[in-house]
Amino acid sequence: MGTLELNQPGKTVLMMGDEAIARGAIEAGVDFCASYPGTPATEVPESLARVAERFNIYAEWSTNEIVAFEAATAASLAGLRALVAMKQNGVNVCADFLMTVNLAGTNGGLVLVAGDDPSAISSSNEQDSRNYARYADLPLLEPADFQEAKDMTKWAFEVSEKLGLPCILRSVTRLSHSRGNVKLGELPEKKRTAKFEGVYISGAFVAAQHAALHLKLEQVREDFEASQFNFYVGSKKAKFVIATCGSGWLYSREAVAALGLEGKVGILKIGTTWPLPEKFIIDHLKNVTEILVVEEVDPFLEQNIKILLAEQAKTLGPVEVYGAKSGHLPAYGELNQDKVAQALVSIKGLKTRARDEKYVEKAKELALAFIPPRMPTFCTGCPHRASLWAIKSALKLDGRDGFVTGDIGCYSIGAGPAGYFQLKTIHCMGGGIGLANGFGKLEQFAFNQPVIAVCGDSTFYHAAIPALINARVHNSNVLMVVLDNGGTAMTGFQPHPGSGFDALGRPAPTVEIENICRGIGVEVRIRDPFEISQAVQDLYDMLQEDGPRVMVFRRRCFRIEAKEKLQKKYYVDQAKCIGDDCGCARFCSRVFNCPGIIWDQEAQKAKIDEVVCTGCGVCATLCPGGAIVVRGAAS
Amino acid sequence: MTLEKDPLNLIIAGVGGQGNILASQIVATAAIKEGLYVTVGETYGASQRGGPVMSHVRFSAQAQCGPLIPEGEADIIVGLEPIEALRIIADFGNPRTRVIVSPRPIYPIWVLSGQAKYPPVEEIVQKLGEFVAEVRVVKAIEEGETGLAANVVMVGALAGSGMVHIGMKNFEESMREIMSPKDLDLNLRAFKKGVELIRGRARIPAISKPRRHK
Repeated sequence: MGTLELNQPGKTVLMMGDEAIARGAIEAGVDFCASYPGTPATEVPESLARVAERFNIYAEWSTNEIVAFEAATAASLAGLRALVAMKQNGVNVCADFLMTVNLAGTNGGLVLVAGDDPSAISSSNEQDSRNYARYADLPLLEPADFQEAKDMTKWAFEVSEKLGLPCILRSVTRLSHSRGNVKLGELPEKKRTAKFEGVYISGAFVAAQHAALHLKLEQVREDFEASQFNFYVGSKKAKFVIATCGSGWLYSREAVAALGLEGKVGILKIGTTWPLPEKFIIDHLKNVTEILVVEEVDPFLEQNIKILLAEQAKTLGPVEVYGAKSGHLPAYGELNQDKVAQALVSIKGLKTRARDEKYVEKAKELALAFIPPRMPTFCTGCPHRASLWAIKSALKLDGRDGFVTGDIGCYSIGAGPAGYFQLKTIHCMGGGIGLANGFGKLEQFAFNQPVIAVCGDSTFYHAAIPALINARVHNSNVLMVVLDNGGTAMTGFQPHPGSGFDALGRPAPTVEIENICRGIGVEVRIRDPFEISQAVQDLYDMLQEDGPRVMVFRRRCFRIEAKEKLQKKYYVDQAKCIGDDCGCARFCSRVFNCPGIIWDQEAQKAKIDEVVCTGCGVCATLCPGGAIVVRGAAS
Repeated sequence: MTLEKDPLNLIIAGVGGQGNILASQIVATAAIKEGLYVTVGETYGASQRGGPVMSHVRFSAQAQCGPLIPEGEADIIVGLEPIEALRIIADFGNPRTRVIVSPRPIYPIWVLSGQAKYPPVEEIVQKLGEFVAEVRVVKAIEEGETGLAANVVMVGALAGSGMVHIGMKNFEESMREIMSPKDLDLNLRAFKKGVELIRGRARIPAISKPRRHK
């Protein structure tokens, strides 16, 4: 039995932040979870789906975030407790609904988990979703460690239910994807049944609803004043205080300890960051003359505290605020203990913590001169490598300076060496076909470059269809290439409408990409990218046509394929490989760039790396010498 | 329980696909069983796809630590890949750091494409030695092996080294908890192989899956 379902209150277990959020939802008796996968929030719904049967939870992977949010809201309106989790970009996708559900209100507890990604470790931006809480006048909670991730989520349902508003819980990658100690709470007995009553309309009396929304926020502020998630550590007499929230808390505490400042610097840790617990904060700032605000990414808390200080200027007097605006901490990228310590050192004029300068200098020199860089690449056996090779070859054959607009998914790596630098634009989900559909209408301005929009299968369902319809209706010259690997691979192969199974792994109806395309009235071809020469020929042919066209390159994600089937083993027949005499310029290892093929320095010939190769066999079809061969057929 | 250094900071360094995350999860679960606070900071996403992967594992008897080890504060480095172990030094190494490393290289694509050079492994180990207190080479993958469970061999080596004060029983229980029953036996053997390798016992049988029927 996994830790998620353990019924041992008081037991301490190791949990990933996302799992702790899921456990908090379980302890709150969550009934319904709909989400679209997105790093770093994916493991929240994934965890709930894993125990859905055990706790009678309905769990689905929805087509996109707004659909997920609307579905979860429906459950709330019927009196159930519901959760929706998404990455930061997903919050933009549901923003339209968010800006009306706040006015129309909700019923059962509804929690929106926003997983932000400071430093964009696995994202195309690092936006700070907390701004949506202020924008939409919704309560916002920010867990600072694993225990809080669980406990706050549980509480978020109560906050939401009491107010009749969605409650936003904001996590970041370093919480969601880190692991730590969590003491389990009790598992509830669930008794809710669904029944819709009442009226939830935004738009009839907007100004009155808006005013009522503001009153609700004042009401929740009162509850926030007494929250256990807001606390102060340090001397009561400290004149210098760090105000922090979320991930900033552990970094701040360690930085203060590392510098031996416990007696002089207090830490005001705030868990309820919108609306702010104003009385609580003012109480702890009475003797304070300097504040350093520590948070990721935007100066959200910083600005809100500054407003409060301005309002309280008469009672609190002048207070110096350090943070993003003062330049002591960056308003971009993720934080760490060193950055917080550096801010303290510079503000307080302390001596820097000693790290032997000579050691560091020598180590950095070594890193530069001796250590080869390592970039993420397509996995061995990845169909995208073959697809992008086909695209590159077809565009080269075509010779009109064609280019590729990119989208969001594993194939984004194709903007780099792994995909032969083919992708020239990357923005948001569906952005590639939207742009391409615009490029395709520039003919009257002497534009004659062919445009290929690549788009993953999950992205296709999520956000690409309206742009494809637009391309069809306006007869835009665009070739869309759907890289269909059978699931949402980037986040761990969650199912999408074409996968044929649901969040619990049960069989589900499919909506075929080609049927959608045909319904729109667009020519569509389906090819296996591993049949590379055919794929290149077809792409080239399609590039010569006008209007919107779709090529579906269909081949399952090899990470999944390799798990399910025993794969063939390939090796380089070194009698056939003639090395540099071949004239192929080390095609397999150097040009095709699959990490499964290495160069045998001794033999001066190619060699398969058996630790890395997954046996897809594409290189065998490409080797001009026919030197890459199967070792023994698989079962 | 007290630690000789608190917090004690471990970095497990490797390449996407080597099982870095599972390795850190085994160690961290064992640490919780030992009654410690433990925090594992790791990144994935793009790192699944052959990029460098680094797990920060931080043990404390007193409090939950942040997910990232401060600069120069790695006490132990477990390298699942030699150049990745060395890559850690500039940011996190210090003269007291101790290293356990598997010598089997995984070549970056820029090396394959000829734009960068991968230095000889003996030189990597020698360079490591210039920067840290101790380097122990553990041959987790034998010639011709596919590297199956090599991550767990390295966890075994860590456990056997005595560098972290976590009992063998807790490592084993941790694996029983995390692994699916069908993989457990193989991984327990891999763990044991790691323990014995670092303790210098010879003739360890290779780790292989039971043969599948054709």
